[in-house]
Amino acid sequence: MSATSVAAVEQYDYEIIKKFSIMAIVWGVVGMSAGVFIASQLAWPWLNFDSPFLSFGRFRPVHTGAVIFGFGGSALFATSYYVVQRTCQTRLFAPGLATFTFWGWQAVIVLAALSYVSGFSQGREYAEMEWPIDLLVLFVWVAYGAVFIGTLMQRKQPHIYVANWFYLSFILVTALLHTFNNLAVPVDLFSMKSYSLFSGAQDAMTQWWYGHNAVGFFLTSAFLGMMYYFVPKHAGRPVYSYRLSIVHFWALSFMYMWVGTHHLHWTALPDWASTLGATFSIMLLLPSWGGMINGIMTLSGAWDKLRTDPIMRFMIVALSFYGMSTFEGPLMSLKDVNALSHYTDWTVGHVHSGALGWVAMIAFGSLYHMIPKLWNTQIFSVKLINAHFWLATIGTLLYITAMWISGISQGLMWRAFDDFGNLQYSFVESVAAMHPFYAMRAIGGMFFLTGMVLMAINIYMTVRRGMREADSAQARAAVAAV
Amino acid sequence: MFKNFKHEKIETNAGLLLVLTMLAVSIGGLVEIAPLFFLKSTMEDVEGVRPYTPLESRGRDIYIREGCYTCHSQMIRPFRDEQLRYGHYSLAAESKYDHPFQWGSKRTGPDLARVGGKYSNEWHVQHLIKPKSMVPESVMPNYQWLQENKLDVSDIEGRLRALRMTGVPYSANDEEYQRNVKQFGEAVAKTLHIPDALKNLVAQAQSGNFDGDRSSVSEMDAVVAYLQVLGTMVDFSKIKPEDLVKFR
Repeated sequence: MSATSVAAVEQYDYEIIKKFSIMAIVWGVVGMSAGVFIASQLAWPWLNFDSPFLSFGRFRPVHTGAVIFGFGGSALFATSYYVVQRTCQTRLFAPGLATFTFWGWQAVIVLAALSYVSGFSQGREYAEMEWPIDLLVLFVWVAYGAVFIGTLMQRKQPHIYVANWFYLSFILVTALLHTFNNLAVPVDLFSMKSYSLFSGAQDAMTQWWYGHNAVGFFLTSAFLGMMYYFVPKHAGRPVYSYRLSIVHFWALSFMYMWVGTHHLHWTALPDWASTLGATFSIMLLLPSWGGMINGIMTLSGAWDKLRTDPIMRFMIVALSFYGMSTFEGPLMSLKDVNALSHYTDWTVGHVHSGALGWVAMIAFGSLYHMIPKLWNTQIFSVKLINAHFWLATIGTLLYITAMWISGISQGLMWRAFDDFGNLQYSFVESVAAMHPFYAMRAIGGMFFLTGMVLMAINIYMTVRRGMREADSAQARAAVAAV
Repeated sequence: MFKNFKHEKIETNAGLLLVLTMLAVSIGGLVEIAPLFFLKSTMEDVEGVRPYTPLESRGRDIYIREGCYTCHSQMIRPFRDEQLRYGHYSLAAESKYDHPFQWGSKRTGPDLARVGGKYSNEWHVQHLIKPKSMVPESVMPNYQWLQENKLDVSDIEGRLRALRMTGVPYSANDEEYQRNVKQFGEAVAKTLHIPDALKNLVAQAQSGNFDGDRSSVSEMDAVVAYLQVLGTMVDFSKIKPEDLVKFR
């Protein structure tokens, strides 16, 4: 091992990052298994097993919680602690608080999953956690903000690197969204049940302001922070355009917060609000693609790496899916398209082209880059990464293709009229017609999950190798000392 | 003043970066959300809309507990096909007492905003116990435990009191009761009186006999009572078309 990397291990606080990286992979396996399970339930309903604990309605938030907050969240904690230390050339501020964020966050994920299957839910998508868990999230988040901002403050570099701007906006916005969307009145201090402070149209507005910006900041801005550090680092090239990253950051931060209402087109929400949402959704295409171009062009001069390096491939395919979903999104936010796509599987497919194609793949690439460095070793098997890459890509394509077909068919079947002006299909005919695509979607998910399991094996072997090397280095040092 | 401005100033000052980011992300939400609480046109008053009875409210709790919103919407859009399939488009007022809203985002199953009165109680009970027995192509899970479980009524007053705190006009004293009589009429006002909540809940379950078993109050009673009231509060035959232009 080179002297510099040994020094890096001592220079920075890596223990907390190691813990979060391992849990990102554990939650990846758990959350994606839950996803495959509920996808299979829709194709083969006997899989509900007549059990309240396993029924689709209660299990769906287990899936979304474990992948978004468990896998995504842990990957973000890990990489943000890594990036902020390395770009600020300082150790973490308040390491005790950082440790609290780890245990607190893991407790949140476990408690949330247990509470959902037991029937405690706020009935708000991606915010199903009841009020005691919400409070724990808030404590963890304040601690996270303190650690991150504290570390920025004690930086040894005059400049704050662009990746940190994105992580910072993600931390601030998540705090804002979480607080306002979860305002509720509990039945009493010892009850897990609460009622939202808002109702009807105002509640819908608040929820989708939360819901879409959770996508915008938790699943986009934060992962862009990851992208802005790990893509240039892995390619060995500087970020393509510094100006573009400034425009990307400010335009994205400002515009994203307006677009949530495109989830409420044609509903009882006042028209002006949903029109504003659609307008900003379309404008958002520009900064999104600016960011994508900035990431992809960072590779100019190092394109040959794509042929040999599956980690680089993960990152570039992630950026391509980012470009694809941020084109599809504005399209679906047009009221006429939304009239067809809303309430159908198209939305589900769109979310997953972002979640599997962009979020998960950029996280895989970054974790594969970072984990060997944390344990000061080499990756166990590049071939396994390659296999993971293909399984993930094929799985994502199967998934989104199935959902495009089923979503558009549903939309068309629901609005089809016969020659006499009557509805052509009953609702259940559309349900029956979806079966093959639900099966195809479940199979796509299985591909993706298999790749995730390969990653878990690969990382386990890598960590084991790293620990053995550290032991033998220690032993050699001890012998030399004698 | 911007002549000498360089982005570098923000990049080298964590406090400035934090403040400016906070500013950039706050505007959108403020512009879109805040007016909804002040503009009266967001939710017009529509005759007939009332808070749920204690039994319906407990049914709604169970609807949320089971995550029904993950497959069913409660928001009919103003399209001809939806009008034919589900009925009149949903008005904002119809969910004004819904804490939280359950408009949903996905129709794996059909919209339920106006399911009330469309099917008999017996149909609902059988369908919830085993959906495939009524609709062979259905992919809905069986909910037989709703029939087996007794409804937990121990904290019914606490639940209504919490809802009252969020602004739902359940009455806790005589003054509030009189206000409700004026607003909703005596029959409805009685069902909204918190001190009588348990009595009213049991009475509604007994007289409605939703689950076909009068001997006890099951979760099925509550869920079916809730489903049967959905979308039935507003009598559209009494509303003139020119008034509808105002309602959304």
